[in-house]
Amino acid sequence: MGIEFRDVGKTYPDGTVAVTGFSCTVPSHRTLALVGTSGSGKTTLMRMVNRMVEPTTGSVLIDGRDVRELDKVALRRSIGYVPQAGGLLPHRRVVDNVATVPVLTGTPRRAARDAALALLERVGIDPALGRRYPAQLSGGQQQRVAVARALAAEPNILLMDEPFGAVDPIVRRGLQDQLLQLQAELGKTIVLVTHDIDEAFRLGDEVVILRTGGIVAQTGTPKEIVAAPADEFVRDFIGADRAERALRTVDVDGRSVVVDGDGRPVGVLE
Amino acid sequence: MSWLDANRDYVLDMLLQHVRLSVPAIVISVLVAVVLGRVAWRWPRAGTVVLGSASLLYSVPALPLLIVIPVLLGIPLRSGLTLVVALAVYGTALLAGTAADAFGSVDARVREAAEAMGYSRAGLLWKVDLPLAVPVLLSGIRVVTVSTVSLVTIGALVGIPSLGNLLTDGFQRDIRAEIVTGVLGTMLLAVTLDALLVALGRVVTPWRAATPAGGAS
Repeated sequence: MGIEFRDVGKTYPDGTVAVTGFSCTVPSHRTLALVGTSGSGKTTLMRMVNRMVEPTTGSVLIDGRDVRELDKVALRRSIGYVPQAGGLLPHRRVVDNVATVPVLTGTPRRAARDAALALLERVGIDPALGRRYPAQLSGGQQQRVAVARALAAEPNILLMDEPFGAVDPIVRRGLQDQLLQLQAELGKTIVLVTHDIDEAFRLGDEVVILRTGGIVAQTGTPKEIVAAPADEFVRDFIGADRAERALRTVDVDGRSVVVDGDGRPVGVLE
Repeated sequence: MSWLDANRDYVLDMLLQHVRLSVPAIVISVLVAVVLGRVAWRWPRAGTVVLGSASLLYSVPALPLLIVIPVLLGIPLRSGLTLVVALAVYGTALLAGTAADAFGSVDARVREAAEAMGYSRAGLLWKVDLPLAVPVLLSGIRVVTVSTVSLVTIGALVGIPSLGNLLTDGFQRDIRAEIVTGVLGTMLLAVTLDALLVALGRVVTPWRAATPAGGAS
């Protein structure tokens, strides 16, 4: 159950190979992080789940059903989608943005708006901001709204396309914490695309590191990848040799203090 | 102003005729141009041909066009319909390119996110593309409106009454006040319709008036 990529490949008409022979299963209620540089096919893979991209070989299954058997529009409405920065509808008020999919699927506008206001509160947005237009919110607030919008139709699956890529590091950290907290409560099946390995490690239960052309460099839990990078590419990508990943302990007055590669203290070993 | 006082009813009648000719021509131009613009935006290769032909049409001289249209459509030369069709041809030619640009001006990220959320093709057009194309489209419609109101006057040359009659009649009978009234009346009508469009634009794009957030995220 969950999402299964079964030997999928995508070659565009101009001959560009985005993905080749990719197989992976995302169990229900788990988060898969697809991480790689641009051109690694990570976004292409995610977009196959809601049929924004159709694979040229192989198939994508949701709970055992090939997505090609499902109606495109109905499929997309049943999957929450968090776009990159700038993906809110600029001409709709914040509350109406959140209510978009429920209204599309026939929920009365009034009820959809009430539910949207409650969702805004849940993602940490003052419901009073619901009357504003997206451009009147900060970048971080807009992405919180985008998360609320993706949750509005109570989907089982969330697709997240570099959702926090365009906000500054402190705000990004807050958004990630929020998502982790929501995920602990809601248990969605999430496919997250990011180019930020730290984000992938923080949010992903399982991480797939991709190289150019959609070739898998390594798949595993964050711990497994940090413990045993598969090759030089992965070592380099996760910054295994960076000071903040190469930790050791030093003894200070009988306590084990963890220091990074430059000898700067990170914390105390319990 | 004594000429105007004495001919008030005549001038108002001509003004009304002028509105009756220009407004339908503008409306038809907008409808046809939006369809052509959409096609040109959606299929750029066909679009080059469509937009090229449209601008070619704009170069057809007005008087021959006014003779050809009744022949092609089988309507009387002096019918207002002849002029409306001719003006719609010019209006469409003028607006089609802008309409294509208007669809091009819609942020691709917004459209893509809307599609991924599950907007149907029709929903995407009516609820996302069209509303977001309005600002650019409206700038084109304003140009077409002013141009059409001014072009209506040439109908007077083939006997289709409008404020243009004040010009032809004024020249023939050498009544300066009548000419001035015709010119100012036409300009006033153009400016009024333009102001109405600007007001309409504000009403249908309320999000543009909203003040953006400060720099901090």
